[in-house]
Amino acid sequence: MGGASDGRCGHCAMIVQAILFYIFAATAVASGALVVSARNPVHSVLFLILAFFNAAGLFILIGAEFLAMILVIVYVGAVAVLFLFVVMMLDIDFLQLRSGFVQYLPIGTLVGLILLAELILVIGGWAVSPSIPSQAPALAATGGVALTNTRALGDILYTRYLFGFQVAGLILLVAMIGAIVLTLRHRADVRRQSISAQLARRRAETVEVVKVPLGAGSD
Amino acid sequence: MLIGLPHYMTVAAILFTLGVFGIFLNRKNVIIMLMSIELMLLAVRINFVAFSVFLNNLIGQAFAMFVLTVAAAEAAIGLAILVVYFRNRGTIRVEDINMMKG
Amino acid sequence: MAVAVVFLPLIAAVIAGFFGRVIGDRGAQLVTCGALLLSAVLGCFLFRDILGSDEVRVIPLASWIVAGGVDVAWSLRLDTLSGVMIVVVTVVSSMVHVYSIGYMHGDPSIPRFMAYLSLFTFFMLALVTSDNFVQLFFGWEGVGLMSYLLVGFWYDRPSANAAAIKAFLVNRIGDFGFSLGIYAVFVIFGSLDFGTVFGAAPKAVGTTMNFLGWQVDSLTLACILLFIGAMGKSAQIPLHTWLPDAMEGPTPVSALIHAATMVTAGVFMVARLSPLFEYAPTALAVVGIIGGTTAIFAASIGMVQPDIKRVVAYSTCSQLGYMFAAAGVSAYGAAIFHLFTHAFFKGLLFLCCGSVIHAMGGEQDMRRMGGLWRKTPVTYVTMWIGALSLSALPFFSGYYSKDTILEAAWASGSAVGRYAWVLGTVAALMTAFYISRVMFMTIHGEPRAGEEAMHHAHESPWVMLVPLIVLAIGAAFFGFLGFDSFVGDGRAAFWKSSILVLPQYDSLAAAEGVPALVRFMPLIFALIGIAIAYVFYIVDPRIPVWLASQFRSLYLFLLNKWYFDELYDWLFVRTAFALGDGLWKSGDGAVIDGLGPNGVAAVTRDLAHQASRLQTGYLYHYAFAMMIGLVALVTWYLFPR
Repeated sequence: MGGASDGRCGHCAMIVQAILFYIFAATAVASGALVVSARNPVHSVLFLILAFFNAAGLFILIGAEFLAMILVIVYVGAVAVLFLFVVMMLDIDFLQLRSGFVQYLPIGTLVGLILLAELILVIGGWAVSPSIPSQAPALAATGGVALTNTRALGDILYTRYLFGFQVAGLILLVAMIGAIVLTLRHRADVRRQSISAQLARRRAETVEVVKVPLGAGSD
Repeated sequence: MLIGLPHYMTVAAILFTLGVFGIFLNRKNVIIMLMSIELMLLAVRINFVAFSVFLNNLIGQAFAMFVLTVAAAEAAIGLAILVVYFRNRGTIRVEDINMMKG
Repeated sequence: MAVAVVFLPLIAAVIAGFFGRVIGDRGAQLVTCGALLLSAVLGCFLFRDILGSDEVRVIPLASWIVAGGVDVAWSLRLDTLSGVMIVVVTVVSSMVHVYSIGYMHGDPSIPRFMAYLSLFTFFMLALVTSDNFVQLFFGWEGVGLMSYLLVGFWYDRPSANAAAIKAFLVNRIGDFGFSLGIYAVFVIFGSLDFGTVFGAAPKAVGTTMNFLGWQVDSLTLACILLFIGAMGKSAQIPLHTWLPDAMEGPTPVSALIHAATMVTAGVFMVARLSPLFEYAPTALAVVGIIGGTTAIFAASIGMVQPDIKRVVAYSTCSQLGYMFAAAGVSAYGAAIFHLFTHAFFKGLLFLCCGSVIHAMGGEQDMRRMGGLWRKTPVTYVTMWIGALSLSALPFFSGYYSKDTILEAAWASGSAVGRYAWVLGTVAALMTAFYISRVMFMTIHGEPRAGEEAMHHAHESPWVMLVPLIVLAIGAAFFGFLGFDSFVGDGRAAFWKSSILVLPQYDSLAAAEGVPALVRFMPLIFALIGIAIAYVFYIVDPRIPVWLASQFRSLYLFLLNKWYFDELYDWLFVRTAFALGDGLWKSGDGAVIDGLGPNGVAAVTRDLAHQASRLQTGYLYHYAFAMMIGLVALVTWYLFPR
């Protein structure tokens, strides 16, 4: 729900919107290309972050500001940083020769172009379909009250799509457990307690009664 | 000119194709592959949101949130696997990962 | 009574065969010989009955095949022809049974032998009393089977096994022709019953049928095909090769099967089917030519063979040729008469050979015999009776039968008849020669065997001598006694309707008017033959040796049976082996195994190997594959819309 069309400078708003769109789109595409082709993997991650930012910008343009912020906070702030951690932790040699690159380039390019063409065909099909408005519609069916995007999302997410919401949470739980299980290492020099071992201790293993003669120590 | 649905869909398509390229054109390491998957998911999300706005139905954005959730989970697990693999093999070069060779 | 005659041997065979171990050697011998002797006696009474009655008697026993247009029943046809054969078969068989008690003494499988002999007799009786083609064929096949079993009786000898297989195989070729003949008869007449077929024969004259694309005269075709069966069974050229090798069997077997009964089944068949053959003069001509050729061919080989049994075997072959020559000039009565006398004197000769072999302790090579006449007087006398009968000297039975054949051949006036007469007369010389040669080499002269062997030589026991005497009586007198009935003026009353001779072909009638020179020529030739043999083997034994070295290639040609075996080996055996080999290795091995189990396995393995190359282990390959699949799916989804 963006693009306010107030009569006087609606035209300007359109132009600004267009310019912004193209900037964001071009940058996103460019950084996407560089993700794939950068030589330094750290650069790749950074370009990925740039792509995410531009996508967030696109989301704001279109009026889904909640999603844009979530993208920035969760994706850039957590996932991309995670990528960065891992890239830096693993000793990745970035001076790789791309010897095999050229071998697959023709087929790969062909397949990719075919895919692109098909996607655009679909788009072309949609563009001439009259049921889709070619511009973002105005304030719509919430009974005339202007809701923020966040509020609107919250309205449907916790009521109608509650099940999906809970399942998403479950997925996150599973992922967390999985990640911990996979990467946890027991270090030998770190002391830790095992409560169950403590509780299972018996007198016989712990206390030893020694008869000590008078005057001798208990060594 | 008016920015409409086709434009957003084009952007999403290009990003998706770039992600696809990234998966099988990369010869370097597995992290690039994971990042390409993230790119593809991003393209999908852009699609969802664009359709949600232009069709006036908020389910698109809700689903885009779910996609984000799943993508994050998958990235986490993928990286965890990668870390463990690196610990065991010492490399994450793509050419070296052929233990499943039939 | 007829049923008893035919089935007594079968019962005896079953008892001796299945319960031989229970009743023991002596028990088996008693059962079978008793049954056969009883059968022989009953057979003689039956013969008298048949002679007394006017009509052909058919005794139906059971229904056998009723399918489509074929209605075949087990039944016994009793007319003069079958009566004569019954007498021959039962008498000779019973004598052979008694003889075997002595000859096979000490053999470990006596019950089996006696059972086989009796079973053979049953099959032969079923053959001669059959009333339709299928029962004839049943008996035909049965005697062939028994021949195989008996020739290969001592089955631990590879030569015996090979000979048995050879006999059966060559017989089979003949049987193939025979069965084709039966089918032809069925196609022509629509029935396999003798009565029906004989009645309808005149109507089928001149009709033609389609055979392998050509239109041939149907009766001629059927008769020739049936005669091919006779050629195989009776060892005529070119299906004769099995008979000499069949001497691997025990001597009683040779006497019974290969002298008196089985090999005469062919002659019997031609005579039985005379109503058909009379209307197919071409077929009869073929019969005559082959008969005459075989007569001289076998006699020529018999002249130089060193093995005593081989000589007698070739003699059988030659005499059968005479019988077929007689049939070829429509003198069926003479053919059967010769069959009758031949059964006795040839059976006698074989049994005497057995006696000689027994005396010499198993030796069969005549070059190592000699001078036995002092040691084995009974054998000596009976063997001479047989030899003189075979040489067709007057008063002995062979004279009456063989000379009648030759006279009829001359008198028929046809080219076939003249051909048969010439060959037959020359063969008579050879016959006399070779049988006298046998006599002089084995019985007369100086002993050529070692001192040890001669010391052991002894006369056979009485159980072996009595059959010799009985058969000798037959060989001596039956010719004289039977001449009038079989071929003389009383023949029409004798044979009645069992054989048919059309008036225009009746050579026996014309045989009355044969010139005297022609009539006595065979006798003269026979006497010459005996004289030559006397000179060669008694007066100066070096002459034959000199002759053999002078005419070495001719001698070898005769000694090696005109190289027929080698010819067949080259033509058929090698081809069969090559075909089998080729089919086995290329056909079965390469094609079927290659395409089938091995091929399928190899293709599966290759495909699996190729498929496993997809599993490279590289993740991006898998992702690539997924992507291609996705693109393909999308393309396929988009474009047909």
